[in-house]
Amino acid sequence: MNIVVCIKQVPDTAEVRINHETGTLIREGVPSIINPYDMHAIEAAIRIKEKKGGKVTAVTMGPPQAESALREAISLGVDEAVLLTGREFAGSDTLATSFALASAIKKLSADMVICGKQAIDGDTSQVGPEVAEFLGIPHIAYVRKIVELQDNSIKVERMMDEGHDVIEAQIPLLLTVVRELNEPRLPSLRGKMAAKKADIKKWGAADIEAPAEKLGFSGSPTQVKRIFTPEPRGERKMLSGSAEEMVDALIKELLQKKCL
Amino acid sequence: MPVRVEREKCTACESCIGVCPYEAIVIKEGRAFINEYCQMCSACLTVCPEGAITEYEEGNVPAQDLDSYRGVWVFAENRNKMIAPVSYELLGAGRRLADTLKVELSAVLFGGTAKDAEELIKRGADKVYFSDDPIFETFNDEPYAGLLAALVNTHKPEVLLAGATAIGRSFLPRVAAKLRSGLTADCTGLEIEAETRNLVQTRPAYGGNIMASILCPRTRPQMATVRPKVMKKGEYDPARKGEVIRVEAGGLSSRTKVLESVKDISSGKVNLQEADVIISGGRGLKNPEGFKLLSELAALLNGAVGASRAAVDEGWIGYSHQVGQTGKTVCPKLYIACGISGAVQHLVGMQSSDYIIAINKNPEAPIFNVATYGLVGDLYEILPLLIKKLKEIKEK
Repeated sequence: MNIVVCIKQVPDTAEVRINHETGTLIREGVPSIINPYDMHAIEAAIRIKEKKGGKVTAVTMGPPQAESALREAISLGVDEAVLLTGREFAGSDTLATSFALASAIKKLSADMVICGKQAIDGDTSQVGPEVAEFLGIPHIAYVRKIVELQDNSIKVERMMDEGHDVIEAQIPLLLTVVRELNEPRLPSLRGKMAAKKADIKKWGAADIEAPAEKLGFSGSPTQVKRIFTPEPRGERKMLSGSAEEMVDALIKELLQKKCL
Repeated sequence: MPVRVEREKCTACESCIGVCPYEAIVIKEGRAFINEYCQMCSACLTVCPEGAITEYEEGNVPAQDLDSYRGVWVFAENRNKMIAPVSYELLGAGRRLADTLKVELSAVLFGGTAKDAEELIKRGADKVYFSDDPIFETFNDEPYAGLLAALVNTHKPEVLLAGATAIGRSFLPRVAAKLRSGLTADCTGLEIEAETRNLVQTRPAYGGNIMASILCPRTRPQMATVRPKVMKKGEYDPARKGEVIRVEAGGLSSRTKVLESVKDISSGKVNLQEADVIISGGRGLKNPEGFKLLSELAALLNGAVGASRAAVDEGWIGYSHQVGQTGKTVCPKLYIACGISGAVQHLVGMQSSDYIIAINKNPEAPIFNVATYGLVGDLYEILPLLIKKLKEIKEK
């Protein structure tokens, strides 16, 4: 089975700080990581390969620095890696990103595409389903368990707001996965060696045969108008005294604020 | 938008170099220069003391005929044969936008009954496009996206809203890709820019550390998923009149098939994202039994039970309860954090709650930094007291 995993290199958002004077992100010194959900996508793909045979290719779009994320993916057991990079991809929103990724995946002819449910920098969860639409294949979002995998079909559990659905689907298809699906492995020594030596393919717009007007800024219907820091939270009140006194004070406050 | 440096203004002070996450700004011939690594993230725009870094419009972007699109649409989510509460919130927000734009508000309902459609009118819709085709009995992305995109192509609304729920966030991107227009995820604010009729969509990013206002200026419809519990529900007016338009779902098929829908049977109301009150527990509970206490309090306050990643990793409670960066983002009116230290990964998932109560033994726990009310002490002493006193109030 030919599996493509879409990954994204993101700043570790837990480490991001804000410059309150300028309202901008301070990303200096913030480590870049593979989007945590994508780690589960990589793990899922490798497990399928171990069972069914085939090949796993990781694809990412980003600046040249994103190559390190692909090398990390290879250290975990991914066979090949493609980096979509170049000026023509700059300024992409989710739609232009999805179009570029789908164009690349078409060249790789995948039986299955696996993505993390969302990236922790943008938190949109849009790229997976959009890629599926551009590829003309079905998708299942928020997959928490692969129940059964046949050559032409798959049965999975999809997380819903109030529980889960058991779904059957044909292959090819695209899955977006949540953390509950699996426990990502650590890189092996052999994997680390392979990662060092691996030849990362670098593709531009011409390589994926995508028209310039559908990529990057031109291909992006949405634009960021303004970035600002959220209003700071109001005053905090530490309650004091015995447990009973604190509970009484709390109930009084909550009743006043009409919270109960 | 593409960014450039105005060479004559630049003093090569290098303030911009550190803020660029992509190492795309270099000093060349004594001036800052933006190279091909630029991802147009706009991070450098505000830092230049000379105002030398500006955005510029790039030519050759084909503009759509925006004026042929009129009206505001709301996708009314029908979940387990019930209209999801977020649908009424969308009608509230949609009504406000439609009145500002002086256009009609329409709802789209797949599945459900004609009575449900009438309900949407009483909550503010002028029209309801309704299909009760059996294909909509369960949620599959392809038929949902197929019919919604077809309806949009026929009727051309300028704005389309859906809930930022599991369903909305799964199939709206497919609609956006079919229509090749912009979709903004998980919005918490929606306003109209009067002169352009553009929808200003505000949403959190970077785990809630920053807010971004997003526009979709060149294409229509402008699509957004809206976070539950943020918008005010549309006012209920039983006398309100409107039109229900039945639509045919002919020719739709699905390559996915729902075999079974299982509702979580854990105690209390599990749907965290729509709960008004959430009682969350962390490692400080020390054992799975602690969640029984939390459930008791949740039942009393008609709330849901949440958890930190630590508690989920311990196996004390299921992942569907997890709040935080790798779990759910919630914003209830009242969030009670019990024995949760408050790692950033947890805070980003709950810090926009209206009122936060933190109960923790450690007075230095970072959870107290976001708390409205802080109680330092043993939760096993405090919670039973709180439950007892709330019961007394209820009995009165």
